[in-house]
Amino acid sequence: MVLGKNKENIKAALSIATSTLLGIAIPTESNAQQSSVTDDWDIESAFLFYSEAERVSAIEGIISANKTFDNDEVLNLKFTIDALTGASANGAVAQPYAQTFTRPSGQGQYVISGEDTPLDDTFKDTRVQLNGQWTQAIAQDYILSSGAHFSKEYDYLSLGINSNLAVDFDRKNTTLSAGFSYFHDTFSPEGGIPVAFASMLIGDSNDPDWDEAFAKTRLTSSDTKTTTDLMLGLTQVINRRMLVQMNYSYSMVDGYLTDPFKIISVINEQGIAQDYIYEKRPTTRVKQSTFFQSMYHFEQNILDLSYRYMWDDWDITSHTIDSRLRIPVHLFSSNESYIQPHLRFYKQSAALFYQPYLLEQNESLNIDYASADYRIGQMVTLTLGVKYGMFLEKGNELSFRLEYYQQTPENAGFESIGVLNDLNIYPAVKAIIAQVSYSF
Amino acid sequence: MNKIIRLCFIFITSISVMGCASLGVEPWERDLLAKKEMALTSSPLDASLDDHIYFSKEASSGGKSFGGGGCGCN
Repeated sequence: MVLGKNKENIKAALSIATSTLLGIAIPTESNAQQSSVTDDWDIESAFLFYSEAERVSAIEGIISANKTFDNDEVLNLKFTIDALTGASANGAVAQPYAQTFTRPSGQGQYVISGEDTPLDDTFKDTRVQLNGQWTQAIAQDYILSSGAHFSKEYDYLSLGINSNLAVDFDRKNTTLSAGFSYFHDTFSPEGGIPVAFASMLIGDSNDPDWDEAFAKTRLTSSDTKTTTDLMLGLTQVINRRMLVQMNYSYSMVDGYLTDPFKIISVINEQGIAQDYIYEKRPTTRVKQSTFFQSMYHFEQNILDLSYRYMWDDWDITSHTIDSRLRIPVHLFSSNESYIQPHLRFYKQSAALFYQPYLLEQNESLNIDYASADYRIGQMVTLTLGVKYGMFLEKGNELSFRLEYYQQTPENAGFESIGVLNDLNIYPAVKAIIAQVSYSF
Repeated sequence: MNKIIRLCFIFITSISVMGCASLGVEPWERDLLAKKEMALTSSPLDASLDDHIYFSKEASSGGKSFGGGGCGCN
């Protein structure tokens, strides 16, 4: 009883907090009135833990509240907070010897042991994100949904808007939709924006001349990028058991797309690093994708299967196959519960300017762009997971998800040189994803 | 090669949708389709968390929904 009352109180508090943010008046004088208001809100929450072996760890919490108004207008408010800590690959290749790098801030160095992949272990960030979405019918069979996005990290600010119009045809069996989103992001990295292809300054940061020398490798304190996405969609009911969706997306990204924390090793003919230079990427990127999804209801189970093909003008192409099979079970109680295995396969090709390292003799060549970030290199990733969900009283749902995620970077045809033959310059990244969700 | 894959994909999906003799259901036949778990995004928070992970770790994003900015993920 006490637990149930506390749960109602939490829901009431969240509902009131949400409404206060919106400026919606909530009558709180009587319990009866409060109850009727809180019953209108559907609240979902999730807590996620993500951990890579020897690299990044992150925790993320989300609270999402839905309210349906009298005329079927739906308001969704979502609050997300995440914290990230750990080590991230800085782009340099492993060497037989220890390597010293300067931290992005310019204050201090870190040393990577021989044969180890260079990781910068100073990453620490907290992000807060707010999303609001309003959905309503604007005419018979016409549904308009519009929203706004705000997120702030220590060194990153993102503002966005989106809108989508969906039109139903044929007894609502066919839905056509068209939407757009626009994001404006400002990046103010620790230590500022480095000069592209400038050598990383390595030495004694307590030296009186250090700050001046470091400043020469910096261009500015911040930069921006904009992202405009356009999307066309078709949803079709095939029969009583099957539903399909097809989307086409066109995305234009414009501005600072370089990663200011990433460097590239410049090696000699023996594969020994002679220098580390800051990477440089183009200032525009146009991505397109086609997406196909089908939902199929078997006698008991539900199969969710999707495929995405993406291509862009950086010469990256990718294939993504995602599948979930929801299987109803009765494990611990008479209440309905389910198990949902998850399998995701992803494969991407390398960007045109991806270089795991640069050869010293080629450095003088007038290259326009180069990045050693494995995330735009050739790669295969696999996700294997399972989710268990159970329904509680009043339709509340509690679920647990555990997944294993592995990234396997591949050599996109680059010749291995000298000592690099004996080193792992395409190390795999392995991560565990654990999540608990509760909706009430 | 990629163009061929794209064209095959569009062709197959078009045929699979348009080629069916009778598409759709009557309103009273929506018992299974109306289930929450039959929604195209049946777990929005899972999708949101997954999008954040894959946006940070891979070169592709979006497709199902908008894949725009939102984090300076390292």
